[in-house]
Amino acid sequence: MTMIRTRIIPALLLRNESLVKTVRFGKFTYVGDPANTVRIFNELEVDELLFLDITASRENRSPNPKVLADIANECFMPLGYGGGISRLDQAKAVFDIGFEKVAINTHAEANPALISEIAGHYGSQAVIASIDVKKGLFGVQTVRTLSGSNNTRRDPVIWAMEVEKMGAGEILLTSIDREGTWDGFDLELVKRVTDNVSVPVIAHGGAGSLNDIRKAVNEGGATAIALGSMVVFHKKNNGVLINFPSLNSIHEN
Amino acid sequence: MGNLGSMLNMFKRIGVRAVIESDPAVIQQADKLLLPGVGAFDTAMTCINSVAGLREVLNHKALVEYAPILGVCLGMQLLTCASEEGTLPGLGWIPGVTSRFPKLEGLKVPHMGWNVASPNTPNRLTAQLGDESRYYFVHSYCVHVEDSEHSLMRTHYGIDFDSAIGRDNIYGVQFHPEKSHRFGMQILKNFAEL
Repeated sequence: MTMIRTRIIPALLLRNESLVKTVRFGKFTYVGDPANTVRIFNELEVDELLFLDITASRENRSPNPKVLADIANECFMPLGYGGGISRLDQAKAVFDIGFEKVAINTHAEANPALISEIAGHYGSQAVIASIDVKKGLFGVQTVRTLSGSNNTRRDPVIWAMEVEKMGAGEILLTSIDREGTWDGFDLELVKRVTDNVSVPVIAHGGAGSLNDIRKAVNEGGATAIALGSMVVFHKKNNGVLINFPSLNSIHEN
Repeated sequence: MGNLGSMLNMFKRIGVRAVIESDPAVIQQADKLLLPGVGAFDTAMTCINSVAGLREVLNHKALVEYAPILGVCLGMQLLTCASEEGTLPGLGWIPGVTSRFPKLEGLKVPHMGWNVASPNTPNRLTAQLGDESRYYFVHSYCVHVEDSEHSLMRTHYGIDFDSAIGRDNIYGVQFHPEKSHRFGMQILKNFAEL
């Protein structure tokens, strides 16, 4: 069996020019200044960084080139950005700054051709389809857009299969119900998606321990893990502390 | 084409002047050349072949002037004679071929993520880099050189392949040094100091 190291990706939430952290997409806590924070992640030699401007689409904002350039100038690791990308030229601007992946969420749902268009120009490896999932009134999970505020009524598994067909190279699968809770990943959701697509799936939402990470990989079939609270807080209900679990502790069982 | 922004960021950090250029007259003036590239083999070769005089300048730099040249990712694959990804011949500066990763159970292609590259032929490009050095890879095709002396580093992903190659003044790396923390920075420093 051939495996490479599971990528552990800090997923950092931008709210325009600040880094924040949320719980179930609400309850914003200020984390810090993006450039200073990424300098620490650079020293910690993290595998990859993903920045999500979580309110860009809802507030109808384009990617902020100044903030992204400040980040790219400090980082010598793979970088992804998502938030407010609705056109190819906006993706191009992000790539030109030095990011190699863009995450598309709201605008992919509204205009699925966007994924194929960006993948056609820059390759599938440059396009992450970001899928936010939330349980509705009767416990049925559906895909949400616009920072979780819009219920598309789409089934997450079917939508994941569609974005793969359109050329997405990876899927960022976020459980809104678990996001920021430290309660563990929604393993059932992760498994249902990984069973039905062949592109890498990045599990996101709920990680609270190294054991949660191992379970998402071993039981959920996730290729990579995105961490939010665990890398910006000391522990649950505690202060901000930028940190990254040691490689050995993750990769040994 | 490729992610040139991050390459320039890394050169800026290590204090090396670098410019993005496709004009043969300007390339002729360069001390060293870096050949980047993300995308398809034939698209890149067509690009090189379509700029009048570019292929001649590149060949002159590589084979007559012995200017240091570093191919990165697809840029490294272009140094070989041919690729299973396309039908056009490569630059052919280092004997070898580029082939697709085999279909193996559980092997996801592209090979995307961090992997180790172990130096196997001592040389200046990989100086000061040990067996535990790790690099960021994104590729579906990999290089196998004909002469093992031209293999500078090997990596395992389903199969063993050459992750860094070199022949005289010509070098190639399959991974992205500009995205590989201090390990990639060391490679680019070593290249700048050649």
